[in-house]
Amino acid sequence: MSMAAEERSLRAPWVLTVPALMLFVGVLLIPLAMTVMLSFHDWGQYKGIEPVFILKNWHEIATDPYYAEMFWRTFRIAILTTLLTAVLGAPEAYILNRMSGRWKSFFLLVILGPLLISVVARTLGWALLFGGNNGLVNKLLMSLGVMRSPIPFMFTETGMIIALAHVMMPFMVLSVWAALQRLDPQIENAAMSLGAGPATIIRRIIMPQILPGVLSGAIIVFSLSASAFATPAIIGGRRLKVAATLAYDEFLNTLNWPLGAAVATLLLVALVLIVVGSNALIERRYAEVFR
Amino acid sequence: MSRNGPLALIFHTVFVIVMVAPILVVCLVAFTPEGFLSLPTNGFSLRWFRTIANYPEFIHAFWVSLGLGALSSLVALLFAVPAALAIARYRFRGRDALAALFLSPLMIPHVVLGIAFLRFFTSAGLGGTFAALIVAHVIIVFPFALRLTLAAATGMDRTVEMAAVSLGAGGWTLFRRVTLPLILPGVISGWALAFIQSFDDLTMTVFLAAPGTETLPVRMFLYIQDNIDPLVTSVSACVIAITMTALILLDRIYGLDRVLAGKGDTGR
Repeated sequence: MSMAAEERSLRAPWVLTVPALMLFVGVLLIPLAMTVMLSFHDWGQYKGIEPVFILKNWHEIATDPYYAEMFWRTFRIAILTTLLTAVLGAPEAYILNRMSGRWKSFFLLVILGPLLISVVARTLGWALLFGGNNGLVNKLLMSLGVMRSPIPFMFTETGMIIALAHVMMPFMVLSVWAALQRLDPQIENAAMSLGAGPATIIRRIIMPQILPGVLSGAIIVFSLSASAFATPAIIGGRRLKVAATLAYDEFLNTLNWPLGAAVATLLLVALVLIVVGSNALIERRYAEVFR
Repeated sequence: MSRNGPLALIFHTVFVIVMVAPILVVCLVAFTPEGFLSLPTNGFSLRWFRTIANYPEFIHAFWVSLGLGALSSLVALLFAVPAALAIARYRFRGRDALAALFLSPLMIPHVVLGIAFLRFFTSAGLGGTFAALIVAHVIIVFPFALRLTLAAATGMDRTVEMAAVSLGAGGWTLFRRVTLPLILPGVISGWALAFIQSFDDLTMTVFLAAPGTETLPVRMFLYIQDNIDPLVTSVSACVIAITMTALILLDRIYGLDRVLAGKGDTGR
């Protein structure tokens, strides 16, 4: 390579990425830094935001049990949603993978399609299905004899978890599906020819191999559920607050921006730590799978 | 490979019904002839679709969403295509860090982005403007635009480019006549997926939209907060129909499994 060409190939990647880099520094990193700074500012009903450095908001979040309860609720809902998607999504991905070509792609479209349909519309669907004591879900469960009296779904954590699990399910199916694609079907046949029953095959052959897929799906579902806004806001109503809906309230109703910024910063830091930490754990534990 | 047993098929049927039920119920209730929320038991009616015409704020919000989605996806591509070419072709210092930065909007909760942009644009004197919405949406759709363009650029046959170079093509001509046509399916799919993401976003936009720049999801959300009636189901049914059309087009052009394959994959 000539000197000039070599110099060009050294410079070219930077020339091509600099516009995007400037965009990201200018309107992503700076606003995020401003939000972190905002969380240290003071606020008062009449004086508004005062650009001083105090720990008032952080102190309030750390000491007021209201925030501990709210964050615990947020993460509890996210954990249960993740469990629900894993328990139902993993077997479904396995069943899908065993279907023949045309059915497989049809049902994959049916299950993954909702991913792109408006979250507001999907949650509205659950609000209609739950709708009060004589909602369709309650009618169905009672006619099946699952329970005697209707249970409330609207404005409860149960309803939030069901609706969130529905919204997040495609991510789990997709993730397990990707893990199943790496699996060699011959191993299953080999186990069968050596006399393993279906239960043994699932437990000893399939489960260990799709576990990384389930775990990486769980990370995605967990982080999206913990920061979900539309579903908790519509199903949970005005009283059952999670981190995202509380931050929304502080910003657009109470107008206490510094406190809202502190809640958002805490949510961001907690999620980044959890996601990066569990990613590192999974990759170390299953290093051979990711290679 | 063995087939699914009856138990597996029952599980599968119930699973699919539950996945489809909420979407189906919205579309069915939209056709109710009654003045309240109910399944259309005695005949279908289009009255609630006609009612939308009496609510100009929904129609205006639809146009805002459409323009916002189309423009922000286009702007995102203007930045993403060069970046994708650089990341796909060159091994340079900071390459991995750059790729991670460009995909980071996938990892940052949209509520945090909404707050950050609200703070940023308000102090810049642009609070609630359409321009602010465009910039914010460019950031959130960027990873989708980048990822599909990157996949196309990585899988591209570079011998065609070399042939063009040997015939004297260079710079802009090379890009416009050879490279771009080759990566075009990826670029178009990237645009479409970016558009859908922008069109669907509520969590971030709800912080930024002001009366006049409210998008359709924001308008629907604010309406649902007050009351749920058949009107909002008919609006939702329209949104679902539009998304389904885009989805089918995307599936035909590029294959939905390929579009979605990398979608939820954070950080790697």
